[in-house]
Formats: sequence, C-alpha cells, structure tokens
Amino acid sequence: MARMKFLCDAERCIECNSCVTACKQEHDIPWGVNRRRVVTLNDGVPGERSISVACMHCSDAPCMAVCPVDCFYKNEDGVVLHDKDLCIGCGYCFYACPFGAPQFPQTGAFGVRGKMDKCTFCAGGPEPDRSQAEFAKYGRNRLAEGKLPACAEMCSTKALLAGDGEVIANIYRDRVTHRGKGGEVWGWATAYKVPTATGGGAQPGNVPPAPNAPPPPPSGGTKS
Amino acid sequence: MTSMTSLRTVCLAIAAIAVSLALSGCGERPQVINYKQGHYQGKPDTPAYSNPPFNGNRQQWEHEIDSRNQAQNEYVRLRD
Repeated sequence: MARMKFLCDAERCIECNSCVTACKQEHDIPWGVNRRRVVTLNDGVPGERSISVACMHCSDAPCMAVCPVDCFYKNEDGVVLHDKDLCIGCGYCFYACPFGAPQFPQTGAFGVRGKMDKCTFCAGGPEPDRSQAEFAKYGRNRLAEGKLPACAEMCSTKALLAGDGEVIANIYRDRVTHRGKGGEVWGWATAYKVPTATGGGAQPGNVPPAPNAPPPPPSGGTKS
Repeated sequence: MTSMTSLRTVCLAIAAIAVSLALSGCGERPQVINYKQGHYQGKPDTPAYSNPPFNGNRQQWEHEIDSRNQAQNEYVRLRD
C-alpha cells in the first residue's frame, strides 16, 4: 500500500507556523517539545524560503539503525514509530537523524532527558488504537480515523502535503505545471486571474498589467 | 665443548622465540565487526484500519485516505 510521506512546497510556505500549532494542539505536546517546526533560510532577505520540518519517515531510517534497544518499527504504511515503554532516552537517534526530529522532554530541574518523542504521522503507537494510553504516550491517531496528519490538513496555503508519496508527488507536479516556475509563480495574474479579451483567465507570465495593479515585485525577490 | 653446546642451545632458543614472535602476527584474526540488523523488541501494533469505524476494511480506509489526499490538490478541488 501507501508509503506515507511529507512534502513541503517552499514556494508556498509563508512561515505562519500553523502546522506547528496544529501539531501541538492535536497531540497535547508538552512545552519544550516540537515535533514539527518551520525553518527559514535567508530570513528577512527578499527571496527567503521557509520549509516545515518534522520526522520524514525515512525509507531507510538511521534512527532505527542506531537504537540500542531496538524500539523503532515501521508500520505497513511506511510510518516510522517507536515504543516509548522500551525507549531509554539515550539520544542516539537524535544524533543520527539528519532532520533533528527526535525530541526529548526535560523531566527534571537538572536537565534529565525523558523518553524520546517525535512525529508519528498522526498514527499513534503500539497501544490500542484511539485509546487513552495511546493518546497520552503518542498523541492522537488520526490515520485510524481515516484522516491525514493535522499539520498538513491545517496548512493554510497547502504548502505542506502529506499522504502516499506517489500521490503527493503527483499533486506537486501538477502544481508546478500550472503555476510555472521562478518569477512566473508570483504576480497579479497568478493571484487574481485577470480576464483577457477572449474571456479566459490569463496565463501567468504573459499578462498585460491590470488597472490599479500594484507594480510587479523586483526580479531579485524571486528565485530563478 | 660444553660451553659451546650451551651457547648453541641459547641461540636456538632465542631464534625460536624470535621466529614465533615474528609469525604470531600471521595468526591474527580479523577484528571487523559484523553489524546485525536489529529487530523490533517492543509491543506489536495494529494496522490503522483494524478498529472502528473501518473494522478491518482496508479498502474503505484506503479510499478515505485517498480522497483526503486528493483534497489537498486545489487544482482539482477548485477546478474552474
């Protein structure tokens, strides 16, 4: 079946952090633990890009390889999950993960690490589905309810896509085909579809300026 | 004569020790670690569709997930 994946469209992400908020709210995540976060490159500079990062549910996950107690497993949908009852909080997975996904709650005044916590693709963990124990340890199991992860479903610009890798790759491909690339992505016509004399919507990148339209953004503001 | 014999014995002993030390490296066994793939040691988990509302109906669950997947594509959802 599916190989569940996340895909973040850097052209669309506006760094609103609604994915972070949705995740924290959905799973009742404690203070100091961020299963998801938004990373911005060249922040404040024209052409900045943001991307939402969490566990990428790697096909060949390094966290699984380094775990000394073998508490990781991959379910049949390709979601990397772990058993918190087995985790010893050693932090090897944190060092191995290229995305910084594993999080460790501070359990005491002296910075003692708790058991590892990470994005579950809203698939819960090895407890009875949608039980209180599952929610307390791993958060809500939305997949068992037939829903996709809360972060992607709450994304205001649909920059963050979640689901079967093949399907979301096709959605992204379709999107790029429609909107064009580089400077074609932005502009009045893209936002408002200025009607032409023939009555159809204008094609991005080939539009006369609309009345009262703001001046186009400087070319340095977009990535070629 | 006796001293010559004892000297020869000592030399032979030294030579034997030297040869055994020199050849001891040849008997070194490879010390490369063979990593073994770990096996999950935790509790078993059930598939997402095994409980209500899907009650083990995988096809219905996949259909639900796929429709939600497609809803992320606004070029389909908001087609003009």
